[in-house]
Amino acid sequence: MELNDLTHSTGEWLKGTGPNAHIVLSSRIRLARNLTLAPFTNRAEKKDMEAVLAAVESAISRIPYFKEATFFRLNELDNVDRQFLVERHLMSHDHATNPQGKGVIVSKEEALSVMVNEEDHLRLQVMQSGFDLDATWQAVNAIDNALSEQLPYAFLPEWGFLTACPTNTGTAMRGSVMVHLPALVMSRQINKVLMAISKLSFASRGFYGEGTQAIGNFYQISNQVSLGHSEQDIISNINGLIRQIIEQEEQARQALLVQNRSVLEDKICRALGTLKNARIISSQETIELLSMVRLGVDVGIITDLDPKALNELFIMIQPAHLQKIEGKKLGTAERDTRRARLIREKFQNKV
Amino acid sequence: MGLNFNMKCDKCTKKATVHLTEIVDGKVMEMHMCEDCAREQSQHMEQQFGLADLLAGLTDFGKHVPEVQQKAMALQCASCGLTYEDFRKFGRFGCAQCYIAFKSQLKTLLKKIHGSNVHLGKIPLKVMPIDGVSVAVVPEAVVETPQPPMDPIELLRKQLHEAIEHEDFERAAALRDKIHELEGRA
Repeated sequence: MELNDLTHSTGEWLKGTGPNAHIVLSSRIRLARNLTLAPFTNRAEKKDMEAVLAAVESAISRIPYFKEATFFRLNELDNVDRQFLVERHLMSHDHATNPQGKGVIVSKEEALSVMVNEEDHLRLQVMQSGFDLDATWQAVNAIDNALSEQLPYAFLPEWGFLTACPTNTGTAMRGSVMVHLPALVMSRQINKVLMAISKLSFASRGFYGEGTQAIGNFYQISNQVSLGHSEQDIISNINGLIRQIIEQEEQARQALLVQNRSVLEDKICRALGTLKNARIISSQETIELLSMVRLGVDVGIITDLDPKALNELFIMIQPAHLQKIEGKKLGTAERDTRRARLIREKFQNKV
Repeated sequence: MGLNFNMKCDKCTKKATVHLTEIVDGKVMEMHMCEDCAREQSQHMEQQFGLADLLAGLTDFGKHVPEVQQKAMALQCASCGLTYEDFRKFGRFGCAQCYIAFKSQLKTLLKKIHGSNVHLGKIPLKVMPIDGVSVAVVPEAVVETPQPPMDPIELLRKQLHEAIEHEDFERAAALRDKIHELEGRA
């Protein structure tokens, strides 16, 4: 697989299907694993990192799950390509910043990715469309089992999987669900919800990962605690929380439709109008408007747009994607023009 | 809870005036800070949680005598050379063996972070034991000649024995349940 092949499509996890897809964009589980054969990445020398890369490359060649996956060494990719992988949620920002000795494995449908030599030797990630952490867990667990037969995992029975940071020790699992909560934001109930989330020891982040602000009314909700509970317990806790959030968002949407329908219709249709006509547009504005249009599709105010294509736009309008599509480097002003053109073209094809 | 008005800040020696109580799964964790440290803390939390700072707070030695503190800070991982003092500063372990080198301190730290210090999650199909005692004494030997994989249930039984010997019954109960679960699966 070549990175350029991915430019005009997006991963399976954005297809806009699966349980509660009208509110839940995707479900993701990430497992951190370290190997006993080298110090953790923060204390590893070049030869240690090479040893980990080689061990992982050889292990995955014996595991059927990785048959159609591609192993990228980050120092062989340029800045834009690395950023491109970050924008597709296949690896973290930190991983892209300092590429020496690092790798990433990406499966064909992009449902599975593995960062090698990030903060931990391995960060396995499985992502799926819609709200289905149980299926996501089954998938990542099977892959983890296969890897554990090939690689010497750092593990202590009493404390579980040993990670570089003590906040991940134990299951070393982070389950997260990306939810779209425009009605809770518009009805000013979102802070109440976010407070409850943090009180329950869950974290919320923005669409574009750790350290990012929530924009476009997307929130990524994940567990904080990783020790003292089984993976299934953690998942069922997240599930319980997400079910409540879905219910509250649904109620808020209903209330808006009943009490403020014309205001809501106006906002949604203006957003669509701007996207269809803008000649220069920033990514921030695009994401905010796309969020409104998505809400319009989800509540039936807009009926002739394809949700999958709409989801894809959230990814496509980012800087590295625009540059890959254009095939050259673009400055900020050029990107804002190119972005507006891309959006207009997409909407002419009914997205 | 009655507030002790002479309470010292968890992070410096000033008087604590800000009291944080966090409840994770019914387990209460308290932090006491002076106004300055609390402000610093909240700024850190706003910009993505200054983890190392938080850890420094969590790993504080409280009312322990200086000798105990000094002894803990001087703990060093024989495998990668990281000291406990460095760990407090950076908030990251250097290698798997650090967990064994700092074991005496980590029981409390992990409990403060997670509200528990007992792993109840999955066990890999193959386990390379990095046995506490032998690794701490002769780390190189163990690192260079990995022992053959041990049956996870056997490992748990050994842990269960130890837990009972140390009268750590909470842990023993958890281990027992885990063994039953695994035996059921087999």
